[in-house]
Amino acid sequence: MADVLERVTKIIVDRLGVDESEVKLESSFKDDLGADSLDVVELVMELEDEFGMEISDEEAEQIVTVGDAVNYIQSKL
Amino acid sequence: MKLNLEGRNIVVMGVANKRSIAWGIARSLHEAGARLIFTYVGERMEKSVRELVDSLGREDYLVLPCDVTKDEEIEQCFEKIKSEVGVIHGIAHCIAFANKEELSGEYLNTTRDGFLLAHNISSYSLTAVAKTARPLMTEGGSIVTLTYLGGERVVQNYNVMGVAKASLDASVKYLANDLGKENIRVNAISAGPIRTLSAKGISDFNSILKEIEERAPLRRTTTQEEVGDTALFLFSDLSRGITGETIHVDSGFHILGY
Repeated sequence: MADVLERVTKIIVDRLGVDESEVKLESSFKDDLGADSLDVVELVMELEDEFGMEISDEEAEQIVTVGDAVNYIQSKL
Repeated sequence: MKLNLEGRNIVVMGVANKRSIAWGIARSLHEAGARLIFTYVGERMEKSVRELVDSLGREDYLVLPCDVTKDEEIEQCFEKIKSEVGVIHGIAHCIAFANKEELSGEYLNTTRDGFLLAHNISSYSLTAVAKTARPLMTEGGSIVTLTYLGGERVVQNYNVMGVAKASLDASVKYLANDLGKENIRVNAISAGPIRTLSAKGISDFNSILKEIEERAPLRRTTTQEEVGDTALFLFSDLSRGITGETIHVDSGFHILGY
């Protein structure tokens, strides 16, 4: 869990230019971290690369918060 | 084999991020020694493009705004290019847009506004840019645009973008005819699906990639580098006899009959 969160956090910090302290499990990508729809697509692609998995359009739509992303990845690893 | 494009000034339009096909083209041209001018639209893209361009370590590369929906912005962009570099030898036009909601379901549901938007940005922009750049291409040149199989045949979910690509393909031929007398060549690369930001806008894109891996003659998906190197060929004198052509860089997928 810690490892996945760490890797997800790094990607979010890189992509969105936010401070690491702002990235919490309950943070919403759009509402709290300032991501627009293109940012979200880019994040999903980065996560796919980082964890070597495919995230379908429907699954991607369910990922709203950092916690959603971490849980989704955990469930697929 | 290494081609040498030193002394050539080439405009690369449409880099969004490191996965962009335009970026693959830029890297091939960079390695061949060309001087590159990048254009972007919007602050978001500016930041991303500047970071990428900085990573190439060439002080003489330019990064300029160019919203292709605005004639005056295209003119300003090429005015600036003219004053900074003078002559240009090539343009890589890697620009397309359609509303995401019109890239799924039935083509029939395309709105008039959505249709015009897709055609304006994805097709007319090539003509607008060619017209504006023509006076700067005094030593002849090569214009390369990106098209897709979805403009020749039906590709599920590609919809209005396919219709816009058909318009772009026809523009390539007419522009090639107009500009040929000035030794300016116009060609298109029809790339197989690549995991770019734009492609991700097409509904169920991952399954398209899987299909290519299983069925394309080369049994693999197309890479940025493959498209970049074909563009390099089209910008070089090795392709001097080729204009009005579409080269498929798609692992051979377009030859399949079913």
